[in-house]
Amino acid sequence: MKITEKFDRGEFVVTAEVGPPKGIHIEHVLEEAKEYLSNITAVNVTDNQSSVMRLGSLAVCKALKDEGLNPIFQMTCRDRNRMALESDLLSAGMFGIDNILCLTGDHTKLGDHPGAKPVFDLDSVSLLHTVKCLEEGHDLAGNELVGEPPKFAKGAVVSPCSDSIDAQLAKMERKVMAGADYFQTQAVFEPEKFIAFMEKAKQFGKPVQLGIIIPKNVGMCKYMNANVAGVHVPDEMLDELRADKEKTKAGITGVEIAARIIKACKPYCQGVHIMAMGWESKVPSLLEQAGL
Amino acid sequence: MLITQLKDRETLDSLAAGKVFIVNCHGCKEVRFPEEEAKALQKEWLEADKVTGILTTDYICNPENMKLRLERRRAMIDEADAVIVFSCGVGVQTVSEYLEGKKVYAGCDTYPLPGYQGVTPLDVDCDQCGECYLNLTGGICPITACSKSLVNGQCGGAKNGHCEVDPNMECGWERIQRRLTQVGRLDALKCPVQVRNFATDLDLKQE
Ligand code: SF4
Ligand code: SF4
Repeated sequence: MKITEKFDRGEFVVTAEVGPPKGIHIEHVLEEAKEYLSNITAVNVTDNQSSVMRLGSLAVCKALKDEGLNPIFQMTCRDRNRMALESDLLSAGMFGIDNILCLTGDHTKLGDHPGAKPVFDLDSVSLLHTVKCLEEGHDLAGNELVGEPPKFAKGAVVSPCSDSIDAQLAKMERKVMAGADYFQTQAVFEPEKFIAFMEKAKQFGKPVQLGIIIPKNVGMCKYMNANVAGVHVPDEMLDELRADKEKTKAGITGVEIAARIIKACKPYCQGVHIMAMGWESKVPSLLEQAGL
Repeated sequence: MLITQLKDRETLDSLAAGKVFIVNCHGCKEVRFPEEEAKALQKEWLEADKVTGILTTDYICNPENMKLRLERRRAMIDEADAVIVFSCGVGVQTVSEYLEGKKVYAGCDTYPLPGYQGVTPLDVDCDQCGECYLNLTGGICPITACSKSLVNGQCGGAKNGHCEVDPNMECGWERIQRRLTQVGRLDALKCPVQVRNFATDLDLKQE
C-alpha cells in the first residue's frame, strides 16, 4: 500500500527502518519486523547503508511483503547506473512494492569497499525524475514501456538540522519539482531547529516525517556529533544519558528522550520515521510513550 | 586536446539579454576554439549595441596576467550586466573567481579529444563534460568541485560546510550556493532537473 494514501487521509504516519544483514540469512530480521513493526504503516529497507555491502534492499522488501508487512524500497545512486536503477524500479513494480525512497547515497570512500567506483550517474533529484518518467509509461531515454506503467509513492530525504539550511531547502524544492510525494528527515535531536525548518518547508505542501534515532549511549552520540552530517545531540541530552548508566543501558533513557522529541515536534509534521539501528524491540514502547 | 564549441544560439542570446562584456580566449595550442563562429556572433551583438567591451587574449587561465587585464577594463565590466567568456571551462572559472559578485557565464561547452590536455597551474579544474554547467552554478564547476560530481544540488553529507569525502575540502555545493546568493542568481537552482549525458561522441551529445 502506498503510504501517501495515509498522508492524504490526514493520518499521522509511522515508519521504521531495518538494515539487511551481510549474508543471506534474514530470519532474524523478519522475526523482529513481525514482532515489533507490524503495527506501523511501513518499513524502510536500507540500500547498502553507509556504503557497507549487504544483502539487497529489493530482496528484503520482497521478503517483508511476503510476510504481510508494507516495505519502502530505499534506492541510492552510488552503486547503479540509470539502467540498473530503472530496471530495479520495474522489478519492484512487478513485486507490487510501491513505496520508494530516493537518495543520492554516501560516497564509496566512507564504507567497506573504499576502492569501489562511485557511480552517481543519477542523483536523488534525477532519480525522482526517473521514477516519474516510468510512471508516465516511458524510460529516462524516452522509450515506451510495454503495458500499464507502475505507480509509486515517491519519497525523498531532507536534513532539517543541517548547518546549510538554505542549500537543504533549495534541494528540497528541487526534489518537490522532480516529483517527491513525501519526505523523511535526518535524525532530529534539536526540536527548535526542526520547528524553525518546518516553518520554511511547509510552503512546499508535502508531508514530512520527523526522523528519530533512539540514543543508545554517550559514545554513539559523540560519534554522530563528530561524523554524521546534520546531526547534533545537545550537551543536556548527553548529561541525561550519563546520569544513570543502568537506565541508559536498558534503553529507558533513550526512549524517554526520543518520545520527548516526537511530542515536541508532532504538531509541526505529518509523521515520524524511526531509525532503530538494532533497537527495533524498543519501538513499541517509544510509540506508546510518545502517545502514538 | 580539448575542443570548445559555442553553446546553442538560443542559450547564448538568453545569456546576453542585457549588456555584456566579452572575454575570448584564443588559448593555448591544446584547445581548439571556434574563432569564426564566435566572431560572427559577437559582430551581431555589437551591432545590436549589447557589448560594452571585448577582451581577446590567450591563456586566460593565468590568473596574474588576467587580473591586470580585467582591472584595466573595469569600467566596461561594471557597465555590463554580465560577462560572457568564450573559452574552456577552466578559463571561465578563472574569470568568475576574479570577478566576484559579477555574473560570469560560459559561452562554450568543453569536450575532450584524445591527446594531451592543456596544463593549468590552478586550483580550478575542468573535466570537459561537454555540457558546461557553469551558467547554472555561479561559475563554479560542479563536476570537479563536488566529490560526487552532483549537478542537482548538495547531497546530505556536508558537515560544517565540508565535504563528506574529504573534511579538508569545502563542499563544492556550499560554495555554489554562496556564490549564487552573492550574484543574485539563486533562481538558477530552480532550473529543470539535470541529467548528465555521458556519451562521448559529439554527434550523440548534440541530439
Ligand atoms: S561544467 Fe565543469 S567539467 Fe563541465 S565543461 Fe564546465 S568547467 Fe568543464
Ligand atoms: S558534501 Fe558537497 S562536495 Fe561533497 S559530495 Fe556532497 S555535495 Fe558534493
